Amino acid sequence: MNGVAAQSNVAQAVKETTRKRVRRSGTHLAGYIFISPWLIGFILLTLWPIAQSFYLSFTEYSLLEQPVWTGVSNYTAIFTNDATFTKSLAVTFIFVLFSVPLKLFFSLLVAVALNKNIRGMNLYRTAIYFPSLIGGSIAVAALWRNMFGVDGYINQVLAWFGIHGIGWISNPHTSLGTLILLNTWQFGSTMVIFLAGLKQIPQELYESASVDGAGKVRKFMNITLPMLSPVMFFNLILGIIGSFQTFTAAFIITKGGPINSTYVYALFLYEKAFKHYQMGYASALAWVLLVIVGVLTAINFFASRYWVFYESSAEGGKGK
Amino acid sequence: MTTWRSKLSDHVLLTLFSLLMLYPVIWWVGASLKKTEELSLPSLWPKTPMWENYSSGWHFSSEYTFAHFFGNTLLMELWNVVGSVLTAALVAYGFGRLNFKFRGFWFSILMLTMMLPGQVTIVPQYILFNKLGFVDSYIPLILPHFFGGGAFFIFLLVQFIRGIPRDLDEAAKIDGASVYGIFVRIVFPLIKPALVTVAIFTFIWSWDDFFAQVLYISSVDKFTVGLALRMFIDQFDIQWGQLLAMSLLSVVPSVIIFLFAQKHFVEGIATTGLKG
Repeated sequence: MNGVAAQSNVAQAVKETTRKRVRRSGTHLAGYIFISPWLIGFILLTLWPIAQSFYLSFTEYSLLEQPVWTGVSNYTAIFTNDATFTKSLAVTFIFVLFSVPLKLFFSLLVAVALNKNIRGMNLYRTAIYFPSLIGGSIAVAALWRNMFGVDGYINQVLAWFGIHGIGWISNPHTSLGTLILLNTWQFGSTMVIFLAGLKQIPQELYESASVDGAGKVRKFMNITLPMLSPVMFFNLILGIIGSFQTFTAAFIITKGGPINSTYVYALFLYEKAFKHYQMGYASALAWVLLVIVGVLTAINFFASRYWVFYESSAEGGKGK
Repeated sequence: MTTWRSKLSDHVLLTLFSLLMLYPVIWWVGASLKKTEELSLPSLWPKTPMWENYSSGWHFSSEYTFAHFFGNTLLMELWNVVGSVLTAALVAYGFGRLNFKFRGFWFSILMLTMMLPGQVTIVPQYILFNKLGFVDSYIPLILPHFFGGGAFFIFLLVQFIRGIPRDLDEAAKIDGASVYGIFVRIVFPLIKPALVTVAIFTFIWSWDDFFAQVLYISSVDKFTVGLALRMFIDQFDIQWGQLLAMSLLSVVPSVIIFLFAQKHFVEGIATTGLKG
């Protein structure tokens, strides 16, 4: 929930260990005892499954009999002979491309508006956080299906203006848009991270800028944005990873339809694994996703050097 | 003069925006009291509120009332919250305060796991839980919370612990406290605000964690509220009024918790400091 980009942390953590000689060996054991819950969980539920899924992606496996080694045939099938894969990847890319920037933009805007000491702030905060509170529940799905249906609320509002609305969810051209809208509406967690970041910016920076005669806009551009850039980066990375995994809304509201217009990647993977019991194929799909997300994250980390500003780094500048 | 003006414009802007965010929810309350035919009418409030939507929705399943599903979900949540809060605090203390070999390496790994798409591990995890005979029980849903509650919470608490002055540890050490004593007597009590944040997030997120629930729970008597609601959706003739009524009830616990603890919620995050 905190805006330090993992990059600096990792670098720092590594530096710390190389720099500091551990003083007392007594804390070695204690340290490992304290982190053991995570370490055991990591080995059992992350490391071993990753290795397992890598192996399974080269097999055919239906849970019922032993996995059969099939070499790279899953991967070949995915890339050469699977129209659904191409479609679901395209749908997911569009989803990520629109929902990530929209969410970042809105949550930053609202966080700036909420970062003030005015009365009744708690009420505003609750109201604005409320949509995120109800999360990816069936409740939201019911709401959305109803609001965007042919005779749903959205169309009633449009009717006042004499516009004849369509069934937004049942129309393949607009169905994905409704899911992007839903995702954007629930920007609460992203906003809270921004809010936390804004509270960290030293007030004296603004004060000295005022002395220099900087206006609101210039303060925002020259102080708020650079100081928030690590938080922005953190939100961007988590946002991309989260959006690539979007599942619940498509699963409940549209079931991937109409004509696969909302058939997101996670839904595709889920059905391959738990509807058709093609565990090997699903594992290969997961690895393809991992590579895509990994490459995008790496690109982002590389690009971050040019726009993320860290106070702690001596050579840090605002970049370009 | 100008400050008064800008204050007023802030309020107007925020009020409008809050309404925009809440409008679907306001509509929702009214719609949950409507007959199905009435749903397509533009009024926010029905002519005659159908309170029976709530009672018939509550008794919708022939075998169980919604009380049963709420009971299931709350029991699971209790375990989740306890698991997350306890183990995240332990692990964060280890990373934030103790020196041990390869600490930096493990911390980097922890940060990397935050970036791992869940789909990569979901199939083998399912296979593992299946082999252990845990499928169709709450164990696959609860157990992960006892392994540190997730990288996100551990990271949050590590940041928080780093903000606690080390003089306190030193003083306790002089009094003869061990690293365990320092954790119990100094660190754990001091990170309570952040632990509240962890508890709230755990509650809200696992309440909504539909994917895992669909995956692991199959028998109706173990259904969570979310799964019970899906039974409405899967009907041929959807009883919208009942569905919306029960959906509304299903978000009440999260809303109560948020209202009750929202001060901690925002401050708890904000005070953790953004310096790595």
